[in-house]
Amino acid sequence: MSLKQKDLVSIASLSTDEIMMILETAESFKEVSGREIKKVPALRGKTVVNFFFEPSTRTRTSFELAAKRLSADVINFSPSSSSVVKGETLLDTARNIEAMQADIIVLRHPAAGAAETLARGVKSSVINAGDGWHEHPTQALLDLFTMREKKLDFKGLRVAIVGDLAHSRVARSNIYALTKLGTEVRAVGPPTMIPAYLDRLGVRVSYNLDEALRGVDVIMMLRLQLERQGRALFPTIREYSRLYGLTAERLRLAEPGALVMHPGPINRGVEIAPEVADSFSSVILDQVANGVAVRMGVLYLLSGGN
Amino acid sequence: MAQSPNHSILIKGGQVIDPGRVNGPADLLIENGTIVAVGQKLAAPSGKAATPLATIDATGKLVLPGFVDLHVHLREPGFEYKETIKTGTAAAVAGGFTSVCCMPNTNPVNDNQAVTEFILDQARAAGNAHVFPVGAITKGSEGKELAEIGDLRRAGCVAISDDGHPVMNSLVMRRAMEYALAFDLPVIDHCEDLYLAEGGCMNEGLVSTQLGLQGIPAAAEDVMVARNLALAELTGARLHLAHISTAGSVRMVREAKKRGIRVTAEACPHHFSLTEEAVRGFNTHAKMNPPLRTWQDVQAIKEGLSDGTIDVIATDHAPHAVQDKQQEFAEAPFGIVGLETALPLTLALVEEGVLSLEAAVAKLTTEPARVFGLSRGSLTPGAEADVVVVDPQKTWEVDPDRFRSKSRNTPFAGWKVKGRVHITIVAGQVVYESE
Repeated sequence: MSLKQKDLVSIASLSTDEIMMILETAESFKEVSGREIKKVPALRGKTVVNFFFEPSTRTRTSFELAAKRLSADVINFSPSSSSVVKGETLLDTARNIEAMQADIIVLRHPAAGAAETLARGVKSSVINAGDGWHEHPTQALLDLFTMREKKLDFKGLRVAIVGDLAHSRVARSNIYALTKLGTEVRAVGPPTMIPAYLDRLGVRVSYNLDEALRGVDVIMMLRLQLERQGRALFPTIREYSRLYGLTAERLRLAEPGALVMHPGPINRGVEIAPEVADSFSSVILDQVANGVAVRMGVLYLLSGGN
Repeated sequence: MAQSPNHSILIKGGQVIDPGRVNGPADLLIENGTIVAVGQKLAAPSGKAATPLATIDATGKLVLPGFVDLHVHLREPGFEYKETIKTGTAAAVAGGFTSVCCMPNTNPVNDNQAVTEFILDQARAAGNAHVFPVGAITKGSEGKELAEIGDLRRAGCVAISDDGHPVMNSLVMRRAMEYALAFDLPVIDHCEDLYLAEGGCMNEGLVSTQLGLQGIPAAAEDVMVARNLALAELTGARLHLAHISTAGSVRMVREAKKRGIRVTAEACPHHFSLTEEAVRGFNTHAKMNPPLRTWQDVQAIKEGLSDGTIDVIATDHAPHAVQDKQQEFAEAPFGIVGLETALPLTLALVEEGVLSLEAAVAKLTTEPARVFGLSRGSLTPGAEADVVVVDPQKTWEVDPDRFRSKSRNTPFAGWKVKGRVHITIVAGQVVYESE
């Protein structure tokens, strides 16, 4: 088993079969993390480079654990800890890493398209760990994995994605993934945070959270970038929270047993009330745990799956 | 190719188009750098002391006034690694352009006569196309204080513009328009509301949403077009709108012209040949400002060209080095080279029925000359002999490695196009011959 592509740069470029193959592969790796000795030799002798141009704890750690549990050698490389200097292009830096025989480069970068551009320029496999507002494919895959684990069937499922969709790579990857799988997606947020023509991606756009939550099976809350206040996207955090924050009361509008998801890190009391984040409905920590399994699956499939 | 000015050139057997005057089979005779006759069965001059005569067989070809480009960036001084006046004008004549107007966003900015004179000196030394500098509207193109526009005019500037740094302050723009009236200088604006466009790197629409790139809405252009038209009406200035790209701009300019406002407008080949779809794959060669728009906008630009709302086709030739464009999409600079691909892209409009051949030629010659008041772009006997011979049937593949420009940043690489420059003559000198 392996992926047709050398890289994983976007969900948009995956077929539904490939998505399902990744989820099934991840399932077989989930068990590994529960063992006392959390290691299999699948990637022994392979080198994985975590190449992070943005601060990230959870995603980087998740990739690092995933690679280590597959017995790969892992190097973390980020602008603050390396000699990346202004003037050297991303491609030049990556080619240097490649020259050291990296098999897989995991890239997190603030610019949309960075992973795709890099993938065209190097022979190593490239995994997009988030590029600007474009895509974050492994996040969407771990979200799908979590829904499937909770016995949800993608066809006929109703998912609300709530918050700042304009500036969210998590939202884009999930929209591409869920619409491919036949899920009904509702995009909810203030009009200033809904990007142009979002409805043409096959989602229903709503500006009213109470309305949009009716009958949904999954509520996916997006992190509010607090620094966006003052950019005329929303007046105050207080008002944002009142209009688009998920409270226990609002949660009752959804289907009974609806899942609450969040890619983290959460702003407690802003987009999500603490009692909701910690409730039985919340699968936020399952998402984190599943992230390792999904990334193991992706690393395994990209390295040829043998 | 170097010839003494004391010679004659007879261009025989072509279809001569001098828009509004001549359109049909004719010969054209050049003596001592000047057009002396356009007519049937012209012969070499006789009765005079024999001057050397070169004959060009133009059978099956078009004989046209040399093209005039109102919008190029020659990058010198300051950015010689992207282009120089010499390489930029070499690209111009290879594309059939015998006159180019260069924008002031050099380093230093062309906001004073010393820079203007430097540009003109370099252009003379290069000996390719005629260069007409465009001076800055404000000092340093900072949008605050007016540049010495009178001095710029005297030194040789033919228009003023803060291209690339649009004048956001409406009062400053008003004063610039009023002041320019004293010299009857056209005032050019690159219409872009910098607040609406801030951080944007492509058209705001479905593609920007899919790619997660920050968009520049059409309204960023439209609101400034509206402002500038209002100010042109207020001041009576000669307003020229650079590279309009939206259906809204076309509509407003059409309406303004009907009401008698002194406004002219240009469109670029990429804005009628490509849409925002070209950005997919994060192609930085499809990144320019204004950005590639939608299919509807492209249709509107074509209608505007067809009904005369848009007077001129200009290239916005904006060379950037490989390393400039080989960056993340949001980081890469705006702009593409255009001088060497404008002709076939314009002729495609003729093929498509958008423009007659004569109208297409006019938008590259007589019309731009009229807009800036240049005594160029015509084959009138007595005029300086700027002539281009075009093979309209010649098909070729765009290969950036063969460009005369120093830069290669074109989205048209690999395109099979039709129509190629055969010979370019500037002031009676053959400055370019196709291989």
